[in-house]
Amino acid sequence: MKTNDVILQTAAKVVFFIIFLFSIHIFFAGHYAPGGGFVGGLLTTGAILLLLLAFDIRTIQQILPFNFTVMTAIGLLLALGTAAGSIFFNVPFFTHAFGDFDLPLFGHTSLHTAMLFDSGVYLVVVGSAITIIQSIGGDD
Amino acid sequence: MINLLLFPIIIPFFFAMILMFFKEQVVVQRVLTLIGLAFSLVASFWLIATVKTEGIQTVTLGSWPAPFGITMVSDMFSALLVTTTIIITIFVAIYSFSSIGVERERFFYYPAILFMITGINGAFTTGDIFNMFVFFEVLLIASYLLIVLGGEKRQLRESIKYILVNVISSAIFVVAVAYLYSIIGTLNMADISVKIAEINQPGIISVIAILFLIVFGIKGAIFPLYFWLPNSYAAPPIPILALFGALLTKVGVYAITRTYTLFFVHDIGFTHQFLMVLSLLTIIAGCIGALAYFDLKQIIIYNIIIAVGVILFGVAQMNTSGLEGAVYYLLHDMLIKAALFVLIGIVIYATGTSNLREMGGLIKTHATLGWMYLIAAFGLAGIPPLSGFLGKVLITKGAFEADHVIGSIIILVSSLVVLLSVIRIFIYAFWGPQKNELPIRDQRTYRQMMFPAIMLVVITVAYGVGAEWLMPYMTDAANVLADPSIYINAVLKE
Repeated sequence: MKTNDVILQTAAKVVFFIIFLFSIHIFFAGHYAPGGGFVGGLLTTGAILLLLLAFDIRTIQQILPFNFTVMTAIGLLLALGTAAGSIFFNVPFFTHAFGDFDLPLFGHTSLHTAMLFDSGVYLVVVGSAITIIQSIGGDD
Repeated sequence: MINLLLFPIIIPFFFAMILMFFKEQVVVQRVLTLIGLAFSLVASFWLIATVKTEGIQTVTLGSWPAPFGITMVSDMFSALLVTTTIIITIFVAIYSFSSIGVERERFFYYPAILFMITGINGAFTTGDIFNMFVFFEVLLIASYLLIVLGGEKRQLRESIKYILVNVISSAIFVVAVAYLYSIIGTLNMADISVKIAEINQPGIISVIAILFLIVFGIKGAIFPLYFWLPNSYAAPPIPILALFGALLTKVGVYAITRTYTLFFVHDIGFTHQFLMVLSLLTIIAGCIGALAYFDLKQIIIYNIIIAVGVILFGVAQMNTSGLEGAVYYLLHDMLIKAALFVLIGIVIYATGTSNLREMGGLIKTHATLGWMYLIAAFGLAGIPPLSGFLGKVLITKGAFEADHVIGSIIILVSSLVVLLSVIRIFIYAFWGPQKNELPIRDQRTYRQMMFPAIMLVVITVAYGVGAEWLMPYMTDAANVLADPSIYINAVLKE
C-alpha cells in the first residue's frame, strides 16, 4: 500500500523556512550573542534534513542542485582567504579588520571580517554534513 | 614578511582546497599538486635562510600579544623538519603518478596528501599546545582517508584499528592538556615552560610528563605502544606507506622532543630516565621484529620503530652531542625511510610479491635498482660516508658523555641488526638464481618509478657527504633544544 505523507510534507514545507530563518538569525547573532557559523550551519543542515525525511533524496537534489563537496571547498577558501588577507597588509596572519558603516536599509551597522570567516565555517559545515547524509542515504 | 613561517602551512592547504574543484581531472590534479609543493619548497628554503640569519621567527596570530594569541614559532629544528617533509612529499607524489592508479587519484588522493602536509607542517611549527592537538587531528584525519582509500578488505580492517588507536590517544591528549591547563593556566608553550620553571616541576607535572609521553608515544610508536603500527602500515599501497613511515611517526617524535626539552626539564632523573629506558626497549623490540619477518614491508616497518628508539635515546641524554645527533638522525631517517619504501615498492612491482622467499636474481634484470637499494641500505645502517653515520656517532658520543654505556652499546649493536635485516633483503631478492618468472611490466612505468627513488637516494647521499656543510644548521637546532630560554625569549620578547 502506498503511504500518504501529505500532512508531513505540508508541515515540512512550512517548518523548513522557519528553521532556515532561525539558522540565519543564529548565524548573524554570533558576534554578540550565543550562535555563530557552526550552529548556524548545523541548523541549516537540520532544515534540509527535514525536507529529506519528508521527500526522497532525488527530489532534494533537484530543488537544491548544489555540489556540496564544492560548497565545502568554497567555504574553506573563504575562511582561508579572510585569514590570509592580512598577509597583504604585512600584519600577523588572522588579523581582522572592522568598521562602522551607514548602509541603506540597515542604518548604522558595525561590520567585521570575522563575519566572512564565519560564513566560510557555515558553508563548510553545511557542505560536509549534507555530503555525509547524501553518501550514507544515497546508497541503494 | 612577518608571515613567512606560515607559508609552508598555508600553501599546501590552499592547493588542497583548489584540488577539490577538480575531482575528476587527474592530470590537472597532478600538475597543481607539483606546483603547490614546489611553491612550499621555495618558501621553506627561504624560511631556513631567514631563521639562519635572523634567529627564531615567531608570529602571534591575530596581532594579539604573545601568551594570549596562538603563537607560531619557527626555530631551526622545525624549519629543517618542514623542509624535509616537503622534499619527501614531492618525490612520493611523483612516485604515485605511476603507481597509485587512476581510481584512487580520482577520489581526493592528492588533496588528502596536501591536507596531511598542512597538518604535519603545522604541528612542527606551532607554539601552542592545544593548537598542536588541532594540527595532529588535521594530519590524522587526512591519514584516515589515505589508509582506507581504495577500500580493499585488508585496508578496511586495519583502518578500523588505526582509527580506534588514534581516537583514544587523541582523547588522552585532550585530557593531558586539560590537566596541564588546570595547573599552569596557560596553553602557550613558551609560557608553560616559564610557569613550570617557577613552580619547579612538582610531582603532578611529572605525571603529566608521563601522560604526554604516552600520548605522543602512541603516535610515534615507542615500546609498549607500537603494537598497532606494523599491521596498519602494511595495509595501504606503497606511496602512502612511504609517506606514513617517513612523516607520521616523526611528528610524535618531534612532539616528545619538544615537550621534553622545553617543559619537563626540572626532574630529569625521573622523566628522562623513563624515556631512555623506553627508547632502549623500543630499539630491542624493533630489532626482534626486523629479523623475524620474511616480508619486505614488515622488515622496513620494524626499522621505523628502531629509528624512533634511537632518536629518543639521543633526546633523553639532554646534552649537546645527544641532541645534535638526534636532530641529524631524525632528518636522515625521514629521508632514508622514504627512499627505502619507494625502492621496495619498485621491488614489489617488479616481482609481484612481497615475500622474500619467492624472490631471487633481480640484479641480473634490475641492476640500477639493486645498487640503489644497496646504497640506501648502507645509509640506513650508518656506513661512514653515508647519512646514517654522523647522527649515530653523535648520539653514542652523547651517551658516553652522560655515562650511559649500556645504552650506547645497545645502539651500536642495533646498527648491526639493522644492517643484517636490510642486507637480508638484498641477498634474497637480488642474488642467487631467479626463482619465479617475473611478471611482464611496462618499462616506461618502471623508469618513471625509478626517477623519484634515485633522487631520494641521491639526496640521502648528499646529506651524508655534505654533513660538514649542514652541521651549523644542526647546531642551531640543538642549541634551541638544549637551552629553552632562547625559545622563551624569542616568543615572549621580554
